[in-house]
Amino acid sequence: MRHRFDVRIGPVGFRIGSDWLGPITQLEELYRDYPEPRDGIPDFTVRLFAARPWRRFVRPAITIAGDYTIPDAAPLPLAQGLLAAEMGMNLQMALAQRRYLLLHASAVERDGRALLMTGESGSGKSTLAALLSARGWRLMGDEFALVDLDDGSVHAFPRLLSLKNEAISVVELTLPAARFGPRMEGTPKGAIRHLVPNAQAIEAMELPAAPALLLFPSFGFVAETRPVPPSEVFIRLTQASTNYVALGERGFDALIRIVAGVPAHAIDYPDTASAVTQVEALWDAL
Amino acid sequence: MYRAAAPATLRIVPLDDLTAIYHRASGITHLVASPVPELLAALSEPLTLVRLAKRLGEEFYLSDGEALAARLDELVASGLAEQL
Repeated sequence: MRHRFDVRIGPVGFRIGSDWLGPITQLEELYRDYPEPRDGIPDFTVRLFAARPWRRFVRPAITIAGDYTIPDAAPLPLAQGLLAAEMGMNLQMALAQRRYLLLHASAVERDGRALLMTGESGSGKSTLAALLSARGWRLMGDEFALVDLDDGSVHAFPRLLSLKNEAISVVELTLPAARFGPRMEGTPKGAIRHLVPNAQAIEAMELPAAPALLLFPSFGFVAETRPVPPSEVFIRLTQASTNYVALGERGFDALIRIVAGVPAHAIDYPDTASAVTQVEALWDAL
Repeated sequence: MYRAAAPATLRIVPLDDLTAIYHRASGITHLVASPVPELLAALSEPLTLVRLAKRLGEEFYLSDGEALAARLDELVASGLAEQL
């Protein structure tokens, strides 16, 4: 590939190759404080390329590929190159990660213990993780929580936080000094702007944490919390995991450990300020 | 005669009203409700439909042999039990 960028996020090394310089320059800037892959060897490779040579120049369209690929994925315009790179990295993790049980969840840490928040896209898990990081919590990640198959601890994967639509201004106002990527309009998920995790998140990204609380947030309702019974937690987590089936019995063991050992609550919240209050009240009651 | 799959092939973990079962032979996770865990426990030794109905029927309203046979057919289809 013409241009290349290597980075390590938590325990996972990536190499991103691109036909265009633009996305690579953005990645270099936003991930400037991150280390290289261990021993210089990436776990996963992402390629951003022009499916036809003239698409490098004429209405440039980025096709995402890598070690693992979803056929028929629609190409993205060059202005959304950063998004393409992030999507490509997520795709490699979702399709090929076998060292950890992958939960589609955001995670923050306090006092060595992790709070996991899982839910559909739009449930507010990224926004909540960003807001909690402004209140002294260590951000561990907004997309994937990596559950250790041996001891059940959660490893951080603090990639750029993907903020969407209304969440962008909420986080911009709360974290005025933070670093952000370009605002991208008209993506498949509306407006997207990436937030760079703070120095605390990057410096401590090698430190795992024992999961202590599991939350299922939903946005847009009256403030309410309710405990979630173990069987419902089990079902929701199998749905939230991209590699549960592939891991076989080790995945089952890791999931059972969480279900049996981590209290779980669903929280409905009308606005993000309420959500932060509800989350911290549940945490303080542990 | 029916018999549960060999104990070494099953991981059975009660959660609450539901029980998670990991079936090693197929790699499939089952989430089951009563009376499935009780049926599997009773079938640790091979039993005929009649004897099983006698043992579990009254407690689980399965004295109607047809309902019990239907549950057993499901277990056999899933591999959690076998018909001898």
